[in-house]
Amino acid sequence: MAQATFRIWRSDGENGRFRDYATGVTEGMVVLDAVLQIQSVDANDLAVRWNCKAGKCGSCSAEVNGMPRLMCMTRLSDLDLDRPVTVEPMKAFPLIRDLVTDVSWNYEVMQRIKPFKPRPPEPDGTWRMAQTDVDRVMEFRKCIECFLCQDVCHVLRDHRLHVRFAGPRHFVHLAAVQMHPLDTEDRLEELRTIQGIGLCNITKCCTNVCPESITITDNAIIPLKERVVDQAYDPVRKLLRIVSSGKGK
Amino acid sequence: MTQFDSFDHDVLVIGAGGAGLRAAIAASAEGVSVGLVCKSLLGKAHTVMAEGGVAASLANVDERDNWKVHFSDTMRGGQYLNNWRMAELHAREAPERVRELEGWGALFDRTKDGRILQRNFGGHAYPRLAHVGDRTGLEMIRALQDHAIHQGIDTHMECTVVTLLRDGQRVVGALGYDRERGRFRVFRCGAVVLATGGLGRAFSVTSNSWEYTADGHSLAYHAGAELIDMEFIQFHPTGMVWPPSVRGILVTEGVRGEGGILLNKDGRRFMFDDIPELYRNQTADNAEEGWRYIQGDRNARRPPELLTRDHVARCIVREIKEGRGSPHGGVFLDIAWIREKLPGAAELIKKKLPSMYHQFKALADIDITEERMEVGPTTHYAMGGVRVDADTQMASIPGLFAAGECAGGLHGANRLGGNSLSDLLVFGKRAGTFAANFARDNGGGRIDEDQVQRVARECLEPFERSGTDGPYLIQRELQQMMQNLVGIVRQEQEMREALNGILSLRERARQVSVEGNRDYNPGWHTALDLGNLLTAAEAVTRAALERKESRGAQFREDYPNKDEAAGRFNIVLRKVDEGMQVRREPIAEMRPDLRRIIEEMG
Repeated sequence: MAQATFRIWRSDGENGRFRDYATGVTEGMVVLDAVLQIQSVDANDLAVRWNCKAGKCGSCSAEVNGMPRLMCMTRLSDLDLDRPVTVEPMKAFPLIRDLVTDVSWNYEVMQRIKPFKPRPPEPDGTWRMAQTDVDRVMEFRKCIECFLCQDVCHVLRDHRLHVRFAGPRHFVHLAAVQMHPLDTEDRLEELRTIQGIGLCNITKCCTNVCPESITITDNAIIPLKERVVDQAYDPVRKLLRIVSSGKGK
Repeated sequence: MTQFDSFDHDVLVIGAGGAGLRAAIAASAEGVSVGLVCKSLLGKAHTVMAEGGVAASLANVDERDNWKVHFSDTMRGGQYLNNWRMAELHAREAPERVRELEGWGALFDRTKDGRILQRNFGGHAYPRLAHVGDRTGLEMIRALQDHAIHQGIDTHMECTVVTLLRDGQRVVGALGYDRERGRFRVFRCGAVVLATGGLGRAFSVTSNSWEYTADGHSLAYHAGAELIDMEFIQFHPTGMVWPPSVRGILVTEGVRGEGGILLNKDGRRFMFDDIPELYRNQTADNAEEGWRYIQGDRNARRPPELLTRDHVARCIVREIKEGRGSPHGGVFLDIAWIREKLPGAAELIKKKLPSMYHQFKALADIDITEERMEVGPTTHYAMGGVRVDADTQMASIPGLFAAGECAGGLHGANRLGGNSLSDLLVFGKRAGTFAANFARDNGGGRIDEDQVQRVARECLEPFERSGTDGPYLIQRELQQMMQNLVGIVRQEQEMREALNGILSLRERARQVSVEGNRDYNPGWHTALDLGNLLTAAEAVTRAALERKESRGAQFREDYPNKDEAAGRFNIVLRKVDEGMQVRREPIAEMRPDLRRIIEEMG
């Protein structure tokens, strides 16, 4: 059986280093197969998250040869196996151990986003929606919360502005609720002030790594930015706001 | 003394897939405090993998549908071993539970007049599955999750429960550990809802992830609760078979719902060769009629690919065994053929089955709009589970509730596709509501500190041993043995052998050693899950031995026919001093109005 070497990040508390593991390779294998094979034979305590193994749950995010990927959807046949394949954890989040990072911050951000608020149903208690309106947000609802987009976002990865910036995953969520055919909530003020959408400088790194091929920047972030700008800086609207609230800022 | 953190909740829900989330939402709506524990991160549970849709007789596509037809289909699919009251509640309440999800943000595909679209699925008389493409489960879990996080529920992510704590007979808490640091947690509560899903990890070819180690089944059993119908394991007919690393990954029944056909190596559509008596009146006897059904002709009968999963899986096994399988030991599933029938078929396939298209393209280099897939059976679902009261979902011991896959009764001998997503909504809600009421009426109980200390100590013992078997080795041996000896085709001698094997594996599991420390250590976690898997494996094997007939998902080579007498009882398992007690429990006589429904539906 062909062999390949996997250079996997192993850590123990504060200290970490790469360790090389040689393992057998068979047809069709993905990186996750190799990592689990190494775990079951050579390193029982190798920490790694995974669930569905079919690109549907977004658990096995890691950086493979420096590229943020789902390990379960990265075929070994697409990699150069003549040199070691490096597998390391995502960088935008605190490390727990080996390939596992603490992504709980994402769940805290989600909690602070105003929930979906539907318009009242029709008299029969149901909602009518056109397929085209559903299709418009479907792209955003495909998100599997792998957080790879968060991992590559400069605002989070390099500038560590987690307290001021929600990150692409949550802009995708916000686009999904804001453009939901039934939603009536207004989230634009928070988008500017709390989720900090203005910090995104549309380098499209998030779009490039999305395993669900969501066009995050063009379809979610830019339209949200436009709405925020319209609301916050349109002089007519600003005047109307001042008049209707009866007091200036 | 082992240290632990304590948490108090009125209701503790274990498992955060669809059933657990729905239970937590329902309990919270009753005004009690709720804790939600899950082994993975929130939103990663197996509900996310459900593809085809959620069954509910909304009658949006065919107005002839109603709860009675859904009830009758479910009972027929389960070969009448189902708990008929559960089947009734399920059929009656599913439409409301689905509509309610829309109020929480779920989006389903639409009919032309803007209502929820429904698709065909095996064993359902009419198009009944509300869906969104082939990622319905993701849509459902996300809607439930987004709603749940605003209900004041305390979520404990990546936390595994190792035992239930009792005060006398009653369940009053649980002991678990956080996976991140391996610290123990004691949960004190008034009621526990088990929603831990299935046990697919007891088999080597499975669509289930590492999580499905029968935790709920085992926790309930060891706390003294009864299990029911454990012999019935659903082998989904269509899992991927090639390449080897993807073997077992699910291929949705939605492929067949959209017109996919099954072929052997000779190109023969073998499903026409064996149509069971129970379904003869409902099944097309030629390809042309089957296609008309797919196209929505209301006078046409279903193509045989949409027979129930137990039957389709067995037909596939027969083709493979008799040498008519595909090159890699499966059969062919062909959706590309509809190009002959429809203009723009390739685009339609990509729209209706996007994740299947992606899955085959990315993992097997196959373009399903042009090529045939290779598929074969994969361990998918446990029909059996914790025996519960139909209305309240309370187990046979007080304070313990169960919902979703880890509960038994609704599906009988075989589950219809789409009935799992509706099951977890209907009975998740019921379990949550009744658990909240129970907790309010009964308050908390006394936690047995000795039990906590003893179990925590046992959990840490694998670190103190060395030189014995590691956890993955034992797990792999169990999986291979169950696959070979208690799989789709069963017989007495092999299952006796499996029982012996389980006993010896249990001895080795008691001596298992793990390396490393308690920080996020999957080896240790696997070692602790072994006991649950072994309990489930024994339960499946003992129940399968006791049912000396072939019915639904259980096929006995030594008893190849259905036995009318065996159709009048369920098999119930309970822990007694001597070990696992096996009992035949007569099925309660069906209410006359329900019986009439079944007679009328023919």
